[in-house]
Amino acid sequence: MSTVVGEMDQHDDHHHHAPSGITRWLFTTNHKDIGSMYLWFSFIMFLVGGSMAMVIRAELFQPGLQLVDPHFFNQMTTVHGLIMVFGAVMPAFTGLANWMIPMMIGAPDMALPRMNNWSFWILPFAFAILLASLFMEGGGPAFGWTFYAPLSTTYSSDSTALFVFSVHIMGISSIMGAINVIVTIMNMRAPGMSYMKMPLFVWTWFITAFLLIAVMPVLAGAVTMVLTDKYFGTSFFDAAGGGDPVMFQHIFWFFGHPEVYIMILPSFGIVSAIIPAFSRKRLFGYSSMVYATAAIAGLSFLVWAHHMFTTGMPVFAELFFMYCTMLISVPTGVKVFNWVATMWRGSISFETPMLFALAFVILFTIGGFSGLMLAITPVDFQYHDTYFVVAHFHYVLVSGAIFSIMAAAYYWLPKWTGHMYDEGLAKLHFWASLISVNVLFFPMHFAGLAGMPRRIPDYSVQFADINQIVSIGGFAFGLSQLIFLWLVIKCVKGGKKAPAKPWEGAEGLEWTVPSPAPYHTFDTPPEVK
Amino acid sequence: MAEQPTKPDNTRIIRRLLLTVVGMFAFGFALVPLYNVFCDITGFNGRFTDGQAAANTRSVDTNRTVNVQFITRVNKGMPWGFEPEVSSVRIHPGETKVVNFLANNPTGQNMIAQAIPSVAPGEASLYLNKVECFCFNQQPLAAESKTAMPMQFYLDPDIPEHIHTVTLSYTMYDMTENATPDALAAIAQPVN
Repeated sequence: MSTVVGEMDQHDDHHHHAPSGITRWLFTTNHKDIGSMYLWFSFIMFLVGGSMAMVIRAELFQPGLQLVDPHFFNQMTTVHGLIMVFGAVMPAFTGLANWMIPMMIGAPDMALPRMNNWSFWILPFAFAILLASLFMEGGGPAFGWTFYAPLSTTYSSDSTALFVFSVHIMGISSIMGAINVIVTIMNMRAPGMSYMKMPLFVWTWFITAFLLIAVMPVLAGAVTMVLTDKYFGTSFFDAAGGGDPVMFQHIFWFFGHPEVYIMILPSFGIVSAIIPAFSRKRLFGYSSMVYATAAIAGLSFLVWAHHMFTTGMPVFAELFFMYCTMLISVPTGVKVFNWVATMWRGSISFETPMLFALAFVILFTIGGFSGLMLAITPVDFQYHDTYFVVAHFHYVLVSGAIFSIMAAAYYWLPKWTGHMYDEGLAKLHFWASLISVNVLFFPMHFAGLAGMPRRIPDYSVQFADINQIVSIGGFAFGLSQLIFLWLVIKCVKGGKKAPAKPWEGAEGLEWTVPSPAPYHTFDTPPEVK
Repeated sequence: MAEQPTKPDNTRIIRRLLLTVVGMFAFGFALVPLYNVFCDITGFNGRFTDGQAAANTRSVDTNRTVNVQFITRVNKGMPWGFEPEVSSVRIHPGETKVVNFLANNPTGQNMIAQAIPSVAPGEASLYLNKVECFCFNQQPLAAESKTAMPMQFYLDPDIPEHIHTVTLSYTMYDMTENATPDALAAIAQPVN
């Protein structure tokens, strides 16, 4: 430990001026630089994955095969999912953690700055490998982001090895990031910053980091088994060799369900910071928020098989996983209640971060309710693998996770850039996104209930109208995000000077430092009352 | 960093977290044998162990004896000879027994046949369990040859008290024209 802290001291003492040019970014160990790189990377990946979604929606604009052949369509759905999960949402949260956690707990930097540099810089290589596989003979991964065996073993293209290695690298990056977050929070809090005084964003990330440590290695194991089954003659998932393809689903979803909470718990933290700030009240039920987050994380390990109700599980197991899944709505309900109670009789103003946070609460709750419907075993037999599932998880991930990331970006942009963003442009971005996201995803519920299966390039004609509406919503949502890109560039380049605390009701150590935040903050720990 | 000496050791936490990572990676692979053990014990996923199948036959009711008779015949026009080695056996419910059935093909052609069973009284058919039977598959028999075909069975100990005699009859049908690929392959081998 002494060496790590020693290096950090040296860094703080002797290198107050950042090196310039590309080497600044390549060799930086500064949490703010690395946070910015994570955020830009995730935004680029958001646009790449988004353009794949545009290909999907263009093909589905009308029945029949128009633009792409089915094999390419499958690659688009697969890589869209992988990029959005591992390239957009997760790095965006890691970027926010890098920027905000040290400032929120009064630490000078992350605990392991060199590893921090590593965990970012291997990510571009992971996604370069994944995207390059699309151009290989036989195409890239086309088995869905869940890579069920035997689709990913017996029936996959030769590029599967590249997919496996890129997932390995993404996993290593996430694990290193999680270790860094845990060590930072445990060891680098300012004096007086007890665990139960930490901002909720720090708390939710702390719990998320433990989830990452627990399940990313299981994902690594699953892809390794796919690799050896495909290339080295093992039979983990091959019934002919004594394996079992259903076991793949158990292992995958043992990772996969905690993974979906990894993508939503930090959102809870963001919204728990923004709603009190713009309601000008303290957060209602702070400690119940902490316990609810921990409860959700714990329960996430007991519900994985609700993704597999139709695999022929015994009734007892179906009931067990159904009730455990429904139990999750209790701590989630506590959270939604607390947010609403925070706003109750607050002096609310509707700046863009608050608008996104409010949209998050409402739309995420809609996604939660459709999740409850899917949890009911008998009806899941109808909903399974239909567009109802697609609607559900896009409500929780796009209008949930992504909206919270947008809210966070607007909330902290003045702190990051030192400039106020263009509020008019931001409102335009919000309303365009809010309307188009609902045009995009809400009709999918009806398509799914009517029986339209997911992951198909063609569909029968009675779904044509719904799909046309969905596609129009999709194109509108995609274009709306370019407003955000323009807004961020504009805000970085200039704008009204931001004060240290641009939001009247905001609380937290990050607002005690000037805007933009100096390259080094809290070289001497702040006093925490 | 005046408070540095009071801070806990980073490496201790890192070591524990890395151990957790390695442990969870191993756990992912440990799920493979765990899954098999779990399915074997519970019978989930359609798996039944030998232990369970045997357990059903373990309890032999020695207080009762049931007479099981065997009747055989061949379908009209079927040239085979077909008869049981013994015409009847007396067994305790739960006891496993093997009976051979003898068949001969007197013609100059390779033939394939299938036996169709029937049990009387019909009530008893629920309690007569065949572990293995020549009637499960088509039976090939080369020209001018004979064979002994085994049938292993037991009576469920739950068989009602009033059943003292069970008659199992087989009718042999000529299936040469409608043979399954498996049976054809079996007969093709020795001839060529």
